[in-house]
Amino acid sequence: MDRRDFLKHFCWVISSGGVLGGVSADAWARMLNKTYDTTKHYYGMGIDIDKCIGCGRCMEACKTENDVPAVPYYFRTWVERYVIKTDRTVSVNTINMESDEPGDVLVEKDVLRSFFVPKLCNQCDHPPCVQVCPVGATFKTDDGVILVDSKRCIGCRYCIQACPYGARYLHPETRVADKCTFCYHRLVKGLLPVCVEVCPKQARVFGDMKSIASPLGRFTRMNKIHVLKPSLNTDPKVYYANLDGEVN
Amino acid sequence: MKDFFKKLPEQAVRVVTVFIGLVLILLVVWRFILPPELKDHDLQITATVEREVAKEIKYAGAQICGQCHEKEPEIKKVGYHRDLSCESCHGAAQKHVENPTEVKPTSPKKRDYCSYCHKYNSSRPTGFPQINPDRHNPRKPCITCHNPHNPKPPTTPRSCAACHAQIERAKAASYHALIACAVCHTTPEKHKVSPRTVIPTKPDKREFCGKCHDKGSSRKGVPTVDMAAHGEKYVCWQCHYPHTLGGI
Ligand code: HEC
Ligand code: HEC
Ligand code: HEC
Ligand code: HEC
Ligand code: HEC
Ligand code: HEC
Ligand code: HEC
Ligand code: HEC
Repeated sequence: MDRRDFLKHFCWVISSGGVLGGVSADAWARMLNKTYDTTKHYYGMGIDIDKCIGCGRCMEACKTENDVPAVPYYFRTWVERYVIKTDRTVSVNTINMESDEPGDVLVEKDVLRSFFVPKLCNQCDHPPCVQVCPVGATFKTDDGVILVDSKRCIGCRYCIQACPYGARYLHPETRVADKCTFCYHRLVKGLLPVCVEVCPKQARVFGDMKSIASPLGRFTRMNKIHVLKPSLNTDPKVYYANLDGEVN
Repeated sequence: MKDFFKKLPEQAVRVVTVFIGLVLILLVVWRFILPPELKDHDLQITATVEREVAKEIKYAGAQICGQCHEKEPEIKKVGYHRDLSCESCHGAAQKHVENPTEVKPTSPKKRDYCSYCHKYNSSRPTGFPQINPDRHNPRKPCITCHNPHNPKPPTTPRSCAACHAQIERAKAASYHALIACAVCHTTPEKHKVSPRTVIPTKPDKREFCGKCHDKGSSRKGVPTVDMAAHGEKYVCWQCHYPHTLGGI
């Protein structure tokens, strides 16, 4: 083969590769869009602190649904118990869903106020985790959910450090960053995120902000809404009602 | 042309050859070895979303259970557990839905499962029915007296502590320990059955506390104040929370 022929072949291979690549991308996009149009949805969650009973069913269901290790250090969603004493000391503990023990036994008259705060990834509109990822492995979908590309993630933990809400962890088996996806695989099939599904008090409501009618509409109309750490301008899409100022 | 190549020093030719070789290897790797989603951001997103969407669903959602089970959803719909999803108790049941005779969901028959939600915990919102499992009919499974799908208590709860245990306990340690709830809250019996539709009264005037605490009151052993002058602009419970009476 002379140089000329070689170059000819080379050009042919390259161009066909490009065409193939383009075609397959297109096919993928079409396959997905047939059933579900990402641009027609925009998801958010409402959490009513006054309703949460701290039963931990959401934590349990989330672990099962999303293969989160069962040991109590890894969570995609978790529930914190806040106790503010009359001497203004604040204690915060993640509840232990494996036992029905209520944690510290409190003397009621020493308690100023106390409540549970369910937490999860806030699916920020301006996500710091996406900004810091050195390999571009995490991104926001059109429907507003932050996902991690587990194939590209190198497990460097930058995003875990960068998340102001502590919502990410390094999965001990896959060694890549893992986080709440609003149960994306359920959403596209019309199911609720599993934590919302099993919540016995409707303390969590889920909704599509692009839909003309969704429970999130009433939730954000009837309640005074607060988000976690608003000063960071992350624009969270998890909306809290009756949130206490001590919660951060 | 040929002269030009001949004039080149041999080492330069070698360097250039090695260089071209490297470039070729790079091109080959880029073109044929790297998967397209590593090179194109849009492709990466589609591939990740695809992977996410393909994840296994484990919780089937409450809707589908009713297609095969008629009795339980019928009973549950009208009872206290109406907001509970079937899978809050029975666990992930997608496998059962796909293969109902082979795979059976678990049924939580032990006392400790009900306790996740119903064991007394002072952080739970007031009004949520809570029990002390050590004292509430110990050792018998809860389901011998309560149908889990409609747990209506066999008799109407006697004490307000059934749902306001935290207030009851606080009050027991306060100056008002000996004053029954009913003295300050006229409570229709139905409040204990439909607590949100039938609501007890609350004191609404300063004079209410004055019945016992006014200077001129005839009650014995009650500290009195001059109603006209004492905290005159406010209702009494803005300064004295009558359930705790520690000051706040
Ligand atoms: C496709 C029909 C079907 C659907 C859908 C279905 N089930 Fe069943 N389920 C059955 C059948 C049939 C049985 C009885 C099996 C037997 O008795 O041998 C059963 C039995 C059960 C039992 C009793 C298990 C036992 O140990 O006897 C429970 C609990 C249960 N189902 C819960 C659920 C829940 C929760 C859902 C919704 C997520 C659900 N089922 C959806 C068909 C279904
Ligand atoms: C509060 C928890 C709870 C919820 C919510 C619940 N169940 Fe059950 N369920 C139980 C328990 C506990 C048993 C076992 C009862 C027994 O053995 O007497 C049971 C038994 C069953 C059985 C077997 C009945 C039998 O006669 O053996 C079926 C079927 C069932 N549940 C379906 C459902 C469906 C469908 C729903 C949703 C509409 C549901 N359950 C919601 C706790 C629950
Ligand atoms: C996932 C949480 C959860 C579990 C598990 C659960 N319950 Fe409930 N239970 C509730 C909720 C929520 C209510 C409604 C209370 C309300 O309206 O605020 C309720 C109400 C009740 C009531 C009515 C009390 C009253 O008089 O108002 C009883 C009794 C009861 N449950 C018994 C049980 C028993 C027995 C079990 C175990 C089989 C059980 N519960 C398991 C959440 C739960
Ligand atoms: C021997 C029968 C019996 C057993 C067993 C039983 N209960 Fe009850 N339960 C009752 C009766 C009767 C009442 C209502 C009267 C009262 O409050 O004393 C009641 C009331 C309740 C209430 C309403 C709040 C309250 O204190 O009145 C809840 C919640 C409750 N039970 C949950 C449970 C749970 C959870 C279990 C298992 C750990 C359980 N029960 C076991 C008979 C029983
Ligand atoms: C079956 C459970 C239950 C029992 C028993 C019960 N309550 Fe309640 N109570 C509730 C619930 C639920 C609420 C509403 C809480 C809320 O969401 O604000 C409530 C609210 C109240 C309120 C506040 C009303 C308001 O306007 O904010 C008072 C006062 C009250 N209860 C007094 C009592 C007294 C006194 C008793 C005993 C005689 C009693 N309750 C027994 C469940 C109960
Ligand atoms: C000395 C009168 C008095 C007694 C006794 C009393 N309360 Fe109250 N209660 C009040 C007043 C006044 C308020 C209104 C407080 C406010 O709005 O700041 C109130 C409010 C409440 C509320 C509304 C929620 C809250 O925490 O403010 C509940 C529930 C309640 N009481 C339940 C009870 C129960 C249960 C008992 C018996 C264990 C009881 N109360 C005994 C005076 C009393
Ligand atoms: C049925 C009569 C009665 C009513 C009504 C009543 N109290 Fe009292 N209160 C008492 C008695 C008796 C004591 C003293 C108990 C003791 O010293 O052991 C007391 C003590 C107090 C004290 C503590 C005084 C001290 O020594 O520090 C305060 C404050 C108080 N009540 C406020 C209120 C307020 C506010 C209300 C209205 C919501 C109210 N009380 C309604 C009977 C009543
Ligand atoms: C602006 C806040 C405020 C309001 C409103 C208020 N109090 Fe007080 N009250 C206090 C303070 C502060 C004390 C303690 C200071 C003292 O001992 O003089 C006190 C003391 C008391 C005492 C104890 C007196 C003693 O001799 O030990 C009683 C009883 C009392 N208040 C009842 C009431 C009643 C009844 C009302 C409603 C008519 C009321 N308070 C409204 C602030 C208030």
